[in-house]
Amino acid sequence: MLIDLDWLPRPEDDFRGRVKAVEAAIGAIGDDALYERVVSLATAALDDAQLTQLARLSRRLAEAGVGGHFGRARLGVLGDGTLSLCAAPIVGSALRHGLIVEVVEGHYGAAVQEAMDRSSQLHAAGLDFALLSSDRRAMALDVAAPSAEVAEERVQAAFDRLRMIVEGLSPSLSSAVLVQTIVPPLESLFGSFDRQEPTSSFAMVDALNRRIAAWAATGKVVLVDAARLAEAVGIATWEDPAHWHASKLSFSPSLTPLYGDFVARTIAAVRGRSRKCLVLDLDNTLWGGVIGDDGVGGIVLGQNSAAGEAFVAIQRMALELRSRGVVLAVCSKNEDDAARLPFREHPEMVLSEDHIAVFQANWTDKAANLKVIAQTLNIGLDSLVLLDDNPAERLQVRGELPLVAVPEVGSDPAMYPRILAAAGYFETVSFSQEDRDRAAYYQANAQRAAALSATGNLDEYLASLEMVCSIGCVDAVSRARTSQLINKSNQFNLTTRRYSEREVEAVEKDPRKHAIQIRLTDRFGDNGIISVIIADRKAETWEIDTWLMSCRVLGRRVPEAALGHLVEAARRDGARALIGRYIPSPKNKMVVGHYKGLGFQLETEGSQGETVWRLELSGLEIPTLPMTIVDTALEAPVPAET
Amino acid sequence: MSSDQILPQIRAIMEDVFDLDDLSVTSATTAEDIEEWDSLSHIRLVVAIERKFKIKFKTAEIEGLKNVGDLVDLIGVKAA
Repeated sequence: MLIDLDWLPRPEDDFRGRVKAVEAAIGAIGDDALYERVVSLATAALDDAQLTQLARLSRRLAEAGVGGHFGRARLGVLGDGTLSLCAAPIVGSALRHGLIVEVVEGHYGAAVQEAMDRSSQLHAAGLDFALLSSDRRAMALDVAAPSAEVAEERVQAAFDRLRMIVEGLSPSLSSAVLVQTIVPPLESLFGSFDRQEPTSSFAMVDALNRRIAAWAATGKVVLVDAARLAEAVGIATWEDPAHWHASKLSFSPSLTPLYGDFVARTIAAVRGRSRKCLVLDLDNTLWGGVIGDDGVGGIVLGQNSAAGEAFVAIQRMALELRSRGVVLAVCSKNEDDAARLPFREHPEMVLSEDHIAVFQANWTDKAANLKVIAQTLNIGLDSLVLLDDNPAERLQVRGELPLVAVPEVGSDPAMYPRILAAAGYFETVSFSQEDRDRAAYYQANAQRAAALSATGNLDEYLASLEMVCSIGCVDAVSRARTSQLINKSNQFNLTTRRYSEREVEAVEKDPRKHAIQIRLTDRFGDNGIISVIIADRKAETWEIDTWLMSCRVLGRRVPEAALGHLVEAARRDGARALIGRYIPSPKNKMVVGHYKGLGFQLETEGSQGETVWRLELSGLEIPTLPMTIVDTALEAPVPAET
Repeated sequence: MSSDQILPQIRAIMEDVFDLDDLSVTSATTAEDIEEWDSLSHIRLVVAIERKFKIKFKTAEIEGLKNVGDLVDLIGVKAA
């Protein structure tokens, strides 16, 4: 998982050609657009060759002096063994984090000299950062010491050497030295006893690492915990003795993509470019199942099943992140009421509504909602991480908003926390009380901004979708899907009247009925038939028997388009008004205000909550909608029987 | 896998690793013929080949190679 950078999507075909295309676009497109393209290109599980190609692009960007959101850093790389293979992967991976990094390599085996000599190239290079990469095999910590005293001397000598390098270089750096911990040996000398025997190589490395960590705690250096990374990968994979013997490579060269990202994200953290907000999908991400369909009792969450426990673990991870200052938000395609229900009523929910700074549960697309979240919190899109189980949603968000991090999470919720942690989105180099309080601060800000975001320009967003709404009569071709919708739709369904396929066929042929089906396409594709309306053609009025719509196109103004059709068709038929009826069911609360919202007047209200509505047709104007309407159901109105 | 199948794949990997277009590679090609082919990019090349063919070379095997033809033969044996 770590080695292959599984949290990143696979690169697209002809990666090298794409790098060249971006290179050619330097100077031709604006800095912000260039930034998006570069980050998007770099946000993939790239191999060593591809990262080297990106490193070349990074040099071009530096030479061209591009601005925009790019950060800049000049990094000196020095330490033990052959480090040349690390440079390009660090530079290439840094673009993923929005950073143009230039690497200056120290000479082989000359770290101390170059750090102490004020006239060396490292001092003259105008560095911001330095990375100090050490290997136990170059520090005399790879063989057991003859006594505990000698072991302590060796550890102290190794630590003093690191300190000398850092103190020598620091005056020439504008920022920090990144100091790597030392990878312990895989091979034990005594076995388990190594850990308690101070003369063993393992114990000496361990002692040195503790000293490095204490040093970093003083704020003088920044930790790059290579030892932990190597252990996570497995030292047997991390280290290849043959490569050390042949080329003095500290770790297997196949791991440079992982290592490069690890270093790059640390630099990004120092520069304040770590992510700030974790945006959570709900259905099948925080719990198993679909709350709108399954209800609070039907979702999978809690200690009674393996799947239920996995979702609890995901929520725990989110809550832990919040307690260290990561802001939590929700972005879900759901009815708001339904989405909040588990937070309020499910006994095994770990997260409560109070933990969520921005709660976006609606039926508009996720990209639009993520923008609202970023605006509400007043942070950049490049501060967001979206955790979502749905590959199609992830693809859509990546395409629309390449700056939002959208990890590939695989298909097993049990793995989500691990993958999210491996990606290192929330890397930090310090931690304070302020950090602990940050989530609450953003939350308060979000509440203030909430009113503002409500006025965001929805029509502009809808127009950008280039929707085509096709209205046609129900016929033999559309009959099966129409009947399926009639029998399946629960939430957006005014009367919940069910008709079999044969009954639908009878409706089609009945001249007293007007039955239409509506199809919606947009620039992402065809949503298919998403709405069905059946009206009874009476002498003076049209009475709407059935009006339903698929929830996936909520918020797209399809009901208004449908109303436009009904008004026109009824007028041509000589009717004076439309009559609508709402019959409450356990699941259709969503549309209780449907007719009111469309301008109908309430006529009667029954004791069971059933309401009847009337819309006068005379003088009624049909508004222009942000979509193209293709209406074939108006063409041949059948005259009503008299 | 035959040499005829392996050589074009080697060429594609070399173009990718050395970041060069339309590289001419034959069995007789050696590191001398390609400027970008130095000791470090050689390691990168070997790693890329190991990854592509899902094989692992021993140090002695790598050191024994004289030209691309030897490399192709070695892959043919190991990936068989």
